[in-house]
Amino acid sequence: MHGRENSLRENVWLACRLCYRQRMRQFLDFEKSVAELENKIDELRRMSGPDGINIAEEITRLSEKADRQLRAAYAKLTPGQKVQVARHAQRPHTVDYISTLITEFSPLAGDRLFGEDKAIIGGIGRFRNQPVVVIGTERGAEIETRLKHNFGMARPEGYRKAQRLMKLAGRFGLPVLTFIDTSGAWPGIDAEARGQAEAIARSIETCLTVPVPVIATVIGEGGSGGAVALGAGDRVMMLEHAIYSVISPEACASILWRDPKQAATAADALRLTAQDLLQLRLIDRIIPEPLGGAQREPQVAIRAVGDAIAAELPALLAKDPALLKAQRREKFLAMGREAVA
Amino acid sequence: MSWLTEYVRPKIRGLLKREVPDNLWTNCESCEQMILTKDLHKALNVCPHCGHHMRASVAERLEWTFDNGEYTRIELPKVPVDPLSFRDRKRYTDRLKDERAKSHLDESMVVAHGLIGGQNAVVAVMAFEFIAGTMGAALGEAFLAAARLAILQQSPLIVFTASGGARMQEGMISLMQMPRTTVAVEMLKEAGLPYLVVLTNPTTGGVSASFAMLGDVQIAEPNALIGFAGQRVIEDTVREKLPEGFQRAEYLLDHGMLDMVVKRADLRTVLAQLIGQLNFRHIARPAA
Ligand SMILES: [Zn+2]
Repeated sequence: MHGRENSLRENVWLACRLCYRQRMRQFLDFEKSVAELENKIDELRRMSGPDGINIAEEITRLSEKADRQLRAAYAKLTPGQKVQVARHAQRPHTVDYISTLITEFSPLAGDRLFGEDKAIIGGIGRFRNQPVVVIGTERGAEIETRLKHNFGMARPEGYRKAQRLMKLAGRFGLPVLTFIDTSGAWPGIDAEARGQAEAIARSIETCLTVPVPVIATVIGEGGSGGAVALGAGDRVMMLEHAIYSVISPEACASILWRDPKQAATAADALRLTAQDLLQLRLIDRIIPEPLGGAQREPQVAIRAVGDAIAAELPALLAKDPALLKAQRREKFLAMGREAVA
Repeated sequence: MSWLTEYVRPKIRGLLKREVPDNLWTNCESCEQMILTKDLHKALNVCPHCGHHMRASVAERLEWTFDNGEYTRIELPKVPVDPLSFRDRKRYTDRLKDERAKSHLDESMVVAHGLIGGQNAVVAVMAFEFIAGTMGAALGEAFLAAARLAILQQSPLIVFTASGGARMQEGMISLMQMPRTTVAVEMLKEAGLPYLVVLTNPTTGGVSASFAMLGDVQIAEPNALIGFAGQRVIEDTVREKLPEGFQRAEYLLDHGMLDMVVKRADLRTVLAQLIGQLNFRHIARPAA
């Protein structure tokens, strides 16, 4: 009961947040000309009275121009720009995917060992009528939710909660949907003291061994071990502008180039885009984003993710659990074995 | 047996090329006392003055672990070289070439089999001397080959870990070795074979957060640095002084993350006992 109320309250709050975010669009540096055009459009709209026919034409012309520029920019995003888009504060987060795609949602909390880590959220609900277990990293959107969710950087408790939920799914034959959006596991004294490495290792192990379908979707940033902990699934999908990397481009640049300013160069070299990773056969599917990225039309992006899950789920559910596990294993074993262009 | 002949042809019987020490004396990096290099080697690279465990080469590790220092190395599966055409300040292919020349090793893991306390065992040793023991596709394949060989021989697998983490130059292929090596551990589990991990200094990053933490028994050498996140990263994040002995073997033992911290001199005996006990059902009983 309590959980239901909470989730209802979260839904209302989310709706406000999404429309608030819609109004106050944040632009990235390479979107400057689009930002200028959209500001001009806003100005014209404010000026336009009941007889503003000419203004309407001008608005249409400017909107089309903005769309063209956006299309051009997003058609050839560099890996460095993709990193910016993937981390955009206004992209839909795990809470948004849950509130839109999952009905009858009951959030589940705690690892039963030490505590409750809100960097990883999860629960049971229905995805298009199919009962599922959902687990995902949540970064938070405003300062207080960011702090509450620790910016999406999980502690061992979070990974142990994820394991608990996956095992629960396994016992009741429910598929597992994971949403990945994290810069990585929390690098803190407390996390190390309680066995961060072991927690991540067991989480990967649990992903690989549960006898139910696991579909992982990278919705923003897939940061290293903290991401793969929820990412060893039957299907790994990425949003078109999401990234998934062994190390952040900034850290990689500091270590290999000895210069954090080389982050864009490192982003290039790491091959961290969805397009690169599909070509390298390390992921299974790319989910298209609306023009200008998921942050411009969160609901469109969320629906696309839902459609992709719906496209994958029936075939996986039809498989015998032993075969499912064997094929999941084979999929990972095949990775990197053969050279791909 | 076809798999064995195809993939893991016995390669070199006995010793790996062992560095001849140039210096008569070695300084202990912990207590700074001078030690006769010859004595240090006899003491398994443990300082006779302060007990500090210095780094061991792959060759030394294998020699110390197997009965009479005898073992058979296996040839490891080849993987695509430089899958991302990676170049930082140096081409990755050049880096590999240089490291191979310097270390006389092909990659960051060596696999061998032989007897420990008269019992068959497969041993995988990570080479910190090869690009800081970083994990790439070659290491993943090596660990998988070690697990397969153990299953073929119905023997236990012992791994000595030493790693700075992921092989960044292999990008996501490096990260995917975390699930891939975990699959290898699962295969051993399903075969009912013991999997023992000996964590040596240092074991961090992706290696620590995958096969290095999934042993049936978790052993570490004294004072070995073991953890997921690097100490500098932690300091920069939490802006706090790290506690005394943080991320050291004894700290992990205190925090319930290890079964035991074992001195190098006792390691072979402990391993021999454990595999004899855990692999009891696979060891043929002596004829009556
Ligand atoms: Zn000493």
